[in-house]
Amino acid sequence: MNEEVTVSITVNGDRHRVRVEPRKTLADTLREDCVTTGVHLACEHGVCGACTVLLNGEAVRSCLMFAVQADGADIVTAEGLTNPDGSLGPVQEAFRACHGLQCGFCTPGFVVSVTAFLRDNPAPTDDELRDGLSGNLCRCTGYQGIIAAARAAAPHFAKDGAP
Amino acid sequence: MSVSDHTAPDHTAPDHTVGPSPEHLAAAPKFENKSGRFVGQKVLRKEDARLVTGHGTYVDDVVLPGMLHAHFVRSDYPRARILSIDTSAALALDGVTAVFVGDDFAVPAGAMVPSVMQVIAAGAPTPPDLPIARGDVRYVGDPVAVIVARSRYIAEDAAELIVIDYEPLTPIVDYLTAAADGERGEFVHHELGTNIGATITIPVDDHLQGVIDGAAHRITATFEQHRHTNVPMETRGVVASWDRYAQQLTVHMSSQNPHEVRRRCAQILGLDETQVRAVQQDVGGGFGQKMFMMREEVAIVIVAHLLGRPVKWIEDRRENLVAANIARLERGTVTFALDADAHLLAAQMDHIEDYGAFGVGAAGAMACLLLTGPYKAQRSSWSTAALHTNTVGRAAYRGPWNFESVAREQMVDHVSRMIGIDPLEWRRRNVIKWPDLPYTNPMGMTYDIVTPSECLEQAAAMIDYDAFRVEQQRAHADQGRLLGIGIGLYVEPSATNMATFHTEGATVRVSTGGSVDVYLGTGSHGQSIETTMAQLVADELGVDIDIVTVHQGDTAQTPFGAGTGGSRTANIVGGAAVAAAQAVRAKVCQIAAHLLEANAADLDIDEGRIGVRGTPSRTISLADVARAAYDGPQALPVELDVALESTIRYRHPETTWSNACHICTVEIDKGTGAVKIVRYVVSEDCGKMINPNVVNGQVAGGVVQGIGAVLYEHLQYSPEGVPLTTTFMDYLLPTAAEVPDLEIGHIETPSNTAGGFKGMGEGGAIGAPPCVFNAVADALALVGATVFDQPLGPRQVLDALASVAG
Repeated sequence: MNEEVTVSITVNGDRHRVRVEPRKTLADTLREDCVTTGVHLACEHGVCGACTVLLNGEAVRSCLMFAVQADGADIVTAEGLTNPDGSLGPVQEAFRACHGLQCGFCTPGFVVSVTAFLRDNPAPTDDELRDGLSGNLCRCTGYQGIIAAARAAAPHFAKDGAP
Repeated sequence: MSVSDHTAPDHTAPDHTVGPSPEHLAAAPKFENKSGRFVGQKVLRKEDARLVTGHGTYVDDVVLPGMLHAHFVRSDYPRARILSIDTSAALALDGVTAVFVGDDFAVPAGAMVPSVMQVIAAGAPTPPDLPIARGDVRYVGDPVAVIVARSRYIAEDAAELIVIDYEPLTPIVDYLTAAADGERGEFVHHELGTNIGATITIPVDDHLQGVIDGAAHRITATFEQHRHTNVPMETRGVVASWDRYAQQLTVHMSSQNPHEVRRRCAQILGLDETQVRAVQQDVGGGFGQKMFMMREEVAIVIVAHLLGRPVKWIEDRRENLVAANIARLERGTVTFALDADAHLLAAQMDHIEDYGAFGVGAAGAMACLLLTGPYKAQRSSWSTAALHTNTVGRAAYRGPWNFESVAREQMVDHVSRMIGIDPLEWRRRNVIKWPDLPYTNPMGMTYDIVTPSECLEQAAAMIDYDAFRVEQQRAHADQGRLLGIGIGLYVEPSATNMATFHTEGATVRVSTGGSVDVYLGTGSHGQSIETTMAQLVADELGVDIDIVTVHQGDTAQTPFGAGTGGSRTANIVGGAAVAAAQAVRAKVCQIAAHLLEANAADLDIDEGRIGVRGTPSRTISLADVARAAYDGPQALPVELDVALESTIRYRHPETTWSNACHICTVEIDKGTGAVKIVRYVVSEDCGKMINPNVVNGQVAGGVVQGIGAVLYEHLQYSPEGVPLTTTFMDYLLPTAAEVPDLEIGHIETPSNTAGGFKGMGEGGAIGAPPCVFNAVADALALVGATVFDQPLGPRQVLDALASVAG
């Protein structure tokens, strides 16, 4: 159980070969071994969504996966959702423009979730949007700015599902 | 979010000023934001770029060389004697450095009591200074041992190997009977010899009883606000390190109050304050839970000091829901005496709160002092008691004394139903209006500038109160639907002006290149301080906000601060920042006057250029002044002050009074008992707004916490004292799917203090609970059902409906 194994993952375009115990979660591996500390842990039981990352394009909770399960996967975190020149990506810019964050702890998870949600449904109804984001918890904003940010970012996804 | 802006009504200024003495007010600095280029604008936040990209630095992101990881072994019993602890197998595990138990911790008496409490509650009994349990355990989750290991995984492995032998005792779980338990010799803290943590009864007012006896209406009801908790998304955490050769302790903590961390650590470890540096970078929320150090944080600091190695502890969510101090469990029996026209004559409350085992700061006294809130009354009286139980302790939670509003506003609706008038009409008859100001309530608290009547009317107009009443009756008569409307109206002492909270400091410094650094003693955990304080300084110095950088959260850099909380930042920190900026501006103008061969009094700074007023062609930049001061001072007269910086300790002249009115409409699903909030409006007055985005964000966050409190959140214990809500699957927070778009209106009535600000961080969470409760109660009243206690989850709603079924 404590014998380390090698896991290969691509994180935000960078290839990592890391030695981890089989029991080490993907979230801890991303934080400790891949330096993507924007992956936040706020419940570690899959409810709050703060650790959400894109794994081969799908939004997953990295606290509920072991790193070994992600062997060979392509992972994108909030750090990887900036524009290629490093400026804020459209979802990130919308969160800033709409006061969609206060303490910022839940924000990277929301940015990833909104990205995945709008990619699949770029013109959601209000109910679909609220339902789609109900797997991420925020304690500061009362969700007002977050919903506004998601609405503001939606047009960026309208054409081909990618910003 | 829709914002309906509203200017203050054309009030006649009050005849005289009350509160602070005229001398004090005259001595207080008076500010006028000259340009308003940034103040009052919806400036986007400086904090955001790093946070939206995942590049914030929270305490778990702090990694130090040689750092070890700590894990607490916690009690599964609410009350038990510790007979033995066997740590040998844990110590033998590869990777375990040390295990500490209660006897390893020695703390000077009273050293764990927060600084402000050492002043305002001097002499009051406090829980014993026990960072972890020693001899007995006092709640489920009470830390019994600290394991320090190479990784958190190994530390948690080792926890399985620690054997603790307990002798269970009957726990004291119910705060309503805890005093009687104490009289039978059953104590939460045997050191105290009582379970009463605090009790206050003000002298009997003979006139009060006469007023009550002679009133046309005398109505008494009891309300309970249930136990819930703060739930910052980032749990507590600390990284402490002791350099035994430099004799320096460095503590990185997820805190609202870095300078308090420094003071506590010094007192607890017997160090001089200069030997302690407390640091916080980004903090993921606090809501009161991180205002003062709690036991686990103290324990980790002591462990790091003992080991001489950096030690990290990051609380997990289960620990946070079981063992981090929580918010609110209290009950009040309220009596209102009304005249025949429903005017409030007297209000009386007997209040009791659950203080848990290691509570910090009872809220009862303030809740009672504010019982009459925004209404006129002749008399008031009260008693309050805080009872220790074998449950987790009580912490401050956003609007710690909100029970005054919960009890009063729910009572207003109750009495209105009892005497058959609409609760909006009751409030109109009783609310304090502008000509009544300054108004001193029966407990002697004076509201100088408040607008509860204006906010009541704005909110009622926004939600179209009368139209809703028509729709409500029709929906019930035609379709049997249960719609309801509720009001929460309050006045709130913000930026209270007591003891340690009286002052804040700020340093403003022009850099060698002409940009501006601002150093504040704050502990921002989401309040947008890096933006709002930069707005103030930029306007005061006449420079662009992009060249102003706010630094905070590091006691080695910043002036002493009393913590970010209590709705204090805009007023007190803002006052300090503006005063320091003004002082720097004066020095800049002196140097510029020499360079421009002009009189300093004739100079103006606008968009970073300094020139003679009315002569825009001849200006120099702040960088020119900085170059003259730093690189060419020999060319300046010796009497000129070339220090382009100033540190000001700002004395806050008076507690400010904020106010707001919340009104929401709800619909009850009679089948499931679920409550849907249909509309929610807020009309608030926080004086002059520095940044309306930030104001709206703070209001919304507080409102949704209040919605959660009434409808979803309930931190439950079994009758045996075992926590039942230990994950986010049991402790339900509101999500985006449960909250409507809020509608927020503003009335800006400047306060008497610097900048005209009033505090506004907490109010949303004060007004929302009674507002939501009253709306549900209003809907239930359509079928004759009554409720008195929070929460109002589906079970409570269905129970209320069942009580009148058939």
